[in-house]
Amino acid sequence: MLASLKNRGSPLAEPGEQLRVLGATPEIVAFEDQMRHFGLDPLHAAGISVLQINVGKLCNQTCRHCHVDAGPDRREVMNRETAALCIRALARSNIPTVDITGGAPELNPNFRWLVQQAVALGRHVMDRCNLSVLLLPSQADLTEFLARHQVEVVASLPYYRAAQTDAQRGDGVFEKSISALRRLNELGYGREGSHLILNLVYNPGGAFLPPPQAALEAQFRRALERQYGIVFNHLYTITNMPISRFLEFLLVSGNYQGYMERLANAFNPAAAAGVMCRYTLSVGWDGTLYDCDFNQMLGLPVQPGGPRHIRDFDVAILDRRRIVTCNHCYGCTAGAGSSCGGSVT
Amino acid sequence: MDTYYHRADLARFGEMGKGNPQLWEKFQAYYAAVFAEGVLTEREKALIALGVAHAVQCPYCIDAYTQACLEKGSTVEEMTEAVHVACAIRGGASLVHGVQMRTVAEKLSM
Repeated sequence: MLASLKNRGSPLAEPGEQLRVLGATPEIVAFEDQMRHFGLDPLHAAGISVLQINVGKLCNQTCRHCHVDAGPDRREVMNRETAALCIRALARSNIPTVDITGGAPELNPNFRWLVQQAVALGRHVMDRCNLSVLLLPSQADLTEFLARHQVEVVASLPYYRAAQTDAQRGDGVFEKSISALRRLNELGYGREGSHLILNLVYNPGGAFLPPPQAALEAQFRRALERQYGIVFNHLYTITNMPISRFLEFLLVSGNYQGYMERLANAFNPAAAAGVMCRYTLSVGWDGTLYDCDFNQMLGLPVQPGGPRHIRDFDVAILDRRRIVTCNHCYGCTAGAGSSCGGSVT
Repeated sequence: MDTYYHRADLARFGEMGKGNPQLWEKFQAYYAAVFAEGVLTEREKALIALGVAHAVQCPYCIDAYTQACLEKGSTVEEMTEAVHVACAIRGGASLVHGVQMRTVAEKLSM
């Protein structure tokens, strides 16, 4: 299994080095200048409808494109104290959705507690699941736990064939993903008339943009049902962000410049106006606040001058905050746009 | 070593509009309409384009439609089959002219 950038001692493990690479890209117009050109700078939040909690970098997989640089060799996980601060922030606000991500968030010892507390507060909970985690012996009752708490499962599946999925996520991951999807379907996930939501996430297997979401969803639906009898609610297409391990792939394969030009040339002002950071607040494993999970991995917290840690959460300040942007933001504004909920336009 | 084809020229395609903007705009509008979703999906059209690109052996088109096929959700296996279709038609086109060869030969022969 691939080791994380951090454990390989790669310079790209450092957010500063990633920002240096992203900043030294003279072939493209700087993101902030592009936003200014379209009258979209400065970008401000427009409320907080999603509290996205990244509970840590521990994962049972080491996907080649991972923007978190997650893996079994990472130990950074959110503790109970910080998880409790997240719940306190929820209780003090009316943020309707809690989006729990990682790493494999389920491997955090506080994951189930976090889910139970958020559900008790009447919030909709989403679990960003890598599917294979559901098959781990230590997680034997996890699928039932998710169903019992009506947690929406947002599952990564880059393609409906083994070759493309395994190339990105590791050997044997596709087969495990199919087994996990079957188990979810057996409990009612993704089935018509069921309240248990199962959404899939596609991301490209290389240095190219995702296909149109609706067309690919139809393709996935046909193939998964016909070949495996698997059903799901929706497919989200997500653009690969030029950071962390995907940035390493771009640089090593000689695709970096071409990919950045592709993203910048496909800049879509409509997508830029609807980017997810305007409606999301992202919490890191140590409680630091960010505009999105990507800024989190680049070590770019929310703007100074207001709350920057979940212990200081103040919705009145944070829901109008100015968003911190950089050249990686082209990843969310290219083509139909990209967000944790798929295309934006 | 210098070559007739330059990768960067693909991005300069629009310069062809300078000689005759009206014809260029008509071509652009036609091109966009052809590749829009119709009875065939955009994905299917991109695969056809990739096959044709190989038949006409245009490196610019191969570059552009390889990327387009990936961005429409096709796999390398599907794209390879599209190239084989182009190959079969090109090969078949040569072979079917053999009938003409046979006709001429038969006419000339005793």
